[in-house]
Amino acid sequence: MDLDSRLQQVAVVGAAGKMGSGIALLLALELGYRALERPEATFILNLIDMNDAGLQGLVRYLRDQAAKDGEKQINRLRELFRNRADLVDNEDMVREFVFEVLLRVRTGKTLDLARESLLVFEAAFETEDVKLSIYKDLAGRCRPEAWFLSNTSSIPLQALSEACGLQGRMIGYHFYNPPAVQKLVEVIAPRACSPELVQLAFELARLLRKRTVPASDIAGFIGNGHFIRDGLYAIREVERLAPEHGLVPALYMVDRVSRDFLLRPMGIFQLMDYVGIDVFQLITRVMTKYLGEDLHSELLERYLALGVKGGQTSGGAQKPGFLDYQKGRPSAIFDPDAQGYAPLEGPWVQAAAARLGPTPEPALSWKALQMDPDAGTKLAAWFQAIKGMDTLGAALARRHYQASRETGLNLVRQGVAGSAEDVNEVLKLGFFHLYGPITDYL
Amino acid sequence: MPAMPKPVFLAAGAYTVSLGPGRREFNPRTPRPGLEHYIRSSGEAVLAQISDPGLIDEGVIGNFMAARFNRQGHLGSLMTIVHPALEYKPALRVEGACASGGLALATGIKSVLSGLADVVLVMGVEVQNTVKSLYCADYLAGAGYYAGERKAGPAYFFPGEFSVRAGAYGAMIGPALARQAMARWYKNAVENARLNPAAQEYHNTVPDLLAQGLTPPNPRTFTEHLNLSDCSKVSDGAAAILVASAEGYRRLGLAREDVVEVAGFSQVAANLTTPPPDLTEQTTSRVAATRALAMAGIQAEDAGIFEVHDCFTISGLLSMEALGLAKAGGGAELVLSGATERAGRFPTNTGGGLVGYGHPTGASGVRMAVDLWMQLTGRAGAFQVPVAREHGILASMGGNDKTVVSLVLRR
Repeated sequence: MDLDSRLQQVAVVGAAGKMGSGIALLLALELGYRALERPEATFILNLIDMNDAGLQGLVRYLRDQAAKDGEKQINRLRELFRNRADLVDNEDMVREFVFEVLLRVRTGKTLDLARESLLVFEAAFETEDVKLSIYKDLAGRCRPEAWFLSNTSSIPLQALSEACGLQGRMIGYHFYNPPAVQKLVEVIAPRACSPELVQLAFELARLLRKRTVPASDIAGFIGNGHFIRDGLYAIREVERLAPEHGLVPALYMVDRVSRDFLLRPMGIFQLMDYVGIDVFQLITRVMTKYLGEDLHSELLERYLALGVKGGQTSGGAQKPGFLDYQKGRPSAIFDPDAQGYAPLEGPWVQAAAARLGPTPEPALSWKALQMDPDAGTKLAAWFQAIKGMDTLGAALARRHYQASRETGLNLVRQGVAGSAEDVNEVLKLGFFHLYGPITDYL
Repeated sequence: MPAMPKPVFLAAGAYTVSLGPGRREFNPRTPRPGLEHYIRSSGEAVLAQISDPGLIDEGVIGNFMAARFNRQGHLGSLMTIVHPALEYKPALRVEGACASGGLALATGIKSVLSGLADVVLVMGVEVQNTVKSLYCADYLAGAGYYAGERKAGPAYFFPGEFSVRAGAYGAMIGPALARQAMARWYKNAVENARLNPAAQEYHNTVPDLLAQGLTPPNPRTFTEHLNLSDCSKVSDGAAAILVASAEGYRRLGLAREDVVEVAGFSQVAANLTTPPPDLTEQTTSRVAATRALAMAGIQAEDAGIFEVHDCFTISGLLSMEALGLAKAGGGAELVLSGATERAGRFPTNTGGGLVGYGHPTGASGVRMAVDLWMQLTGRAGAFQVPVAREHGILASMGGNDKTVVSLVLRR
């Protein structure tokens, strides 16, 4: 059965979540255009979630995003609608396109909605229990030829598919957040995976205009294989610096160094907030279970015990975590001793910043370098300067850089990634880093 | 061509900021003022310059598409909000696509010539940033032949139409020369706009305007022969001016040096359903200019200041040719020679024009008249140029050169 036939019956489980809604959007748009190109075929997208309000929000989201996509692709729409005499204005065509997209969509709370689906995407909560119960249920309902694409970012697929009787029919298909924007899909084919499914997974990614990086079926894969260890490194750094500087200033310093010295899009603690500290912890547990590596952190447990979780609201706003935010920018840091947020202002911040020392000159920022064709040269000069600076900030930057590099190299050594280039690709595409961890700037 | 049957004058002009992309205060996500604000502020700025609003006999307002942009018709009635003295006086809205403002001027002039009015408040307004530019393109496409052209036309209909003209012009004189001249037009427009605090490009800080203008057009994202800097922006704005008889302006408390005389005018329409006879010429504009100049008894080169309808840089070049200031294909050389710059022999669009000031469609013709009135009476402030000759010329164009109003003014 080819990809086009399978795309005529698709389901997304966990569709109202952050990842699920993005995957649903990508598929809805693809099916919308496909339906206009192939009016004789029916394309159906079953969107399943336990949350009624979430499903309604999802349909709204699909409507708004379909309009935006139709506006962007207006020339394509004008071509597709050239024989529709009733559609003349851009406005007519965008409205009709939105209708066509929503016409594909069926929402519901029961997994039975996926009964006839031939491609089932799953983006449920990142725990083995949840995923197992969903897949066991689906295995009993879906047609034998149905294939399953899991958005798990950490759970080994061979173990998961064996446990629910879907061996060979399941593949890891890890989108990055937000799926509609991020270019990367990490593809994890377990040992027993059907070669046709592997082939389809790559073909589908091309269709959705995503770049793929293959990863081995080892817990955490490449993305979380790096991120989790990078986050835990940062936590240990905070623990190391806290006795001298205090916990809150230490966290401020490590976060700022990763953002402003290593020139990442956000600080490491902001990124952990973005992912969700609770989700971060779930992934450490999966990885600990399968890898036998101790990824436990007392400090992390302490924050979670105090209800500090991060993550995002259904509207996409950042919830408070290690940091609190105003208009999307860090505004305060959580102080577990005071059990409240310390605003990022006043003498303590100035003192901590002074202890870090300045960033190199000329000033560079992640934002400005993104579009800079000269970014490589500028980064080399930047890190050359950091190499020669005798400041705490530069020293922390050098340590963090090396730790991140070592984590990347280990992923290659352990066979999680096929090459250093694959690791770098994941960090650049999936995490928007300007440079991969396995580079020789420092 | 007969001369003006009796002297008619323009006085007490004013216009609002052209609000839209480019202005610092513009934010597409926050609410903005509507039609009433623009009508009121431009009208009140005119009334502030005269002794008694009760002396206004009539109102005319030019507007193109408020019925779609703002879901508002009946602007003749709406314009009376400017002052209670307008209540129960004649007022009407006129429409001729982007020449609506020009038509409002012509209508006011005819009222004064008829003897039924001594003072006419002429306004133009358009508030377009109510929709994204993609849908704005839909509404503006109404200036073309909707039933016959729109369906097959490009998403951005009018940029597409004038891209075809720019392509034909480039094929005639060489595409590189055409591109250089269009880039130069853009540079002049923004340099002028930077002197005009009301202009949409007033805040423009592009360091190398010529390089920006030379950006190769991208047919995949926009059009084949025009880039974005070739286009006037989506604008909200209004302009207003008084058309008065000699007795009328004196009654208002104004002196001869406060007003400019309408030495000639013409108003021309061409068949909307047929394509332009020559893509490299604005034929209707040429007819309109010829008649207005004949009425005034001058040649275009006798004038010292110009306002032309550069909805696109290519229409700027073609407008100079239509006035007779350059032969066919010579508009590019004329612009590249610097003649249309503020210090040139034919200072053109000195307040920015449509590319620089902005193009609130229904207001543009009136805004052009206000700029000429300001230049000819020495009121243009930071963008004043020394006007070497006593005449000024205005060409207000609608659609793809389908309705044109041409005015010759004398200080």
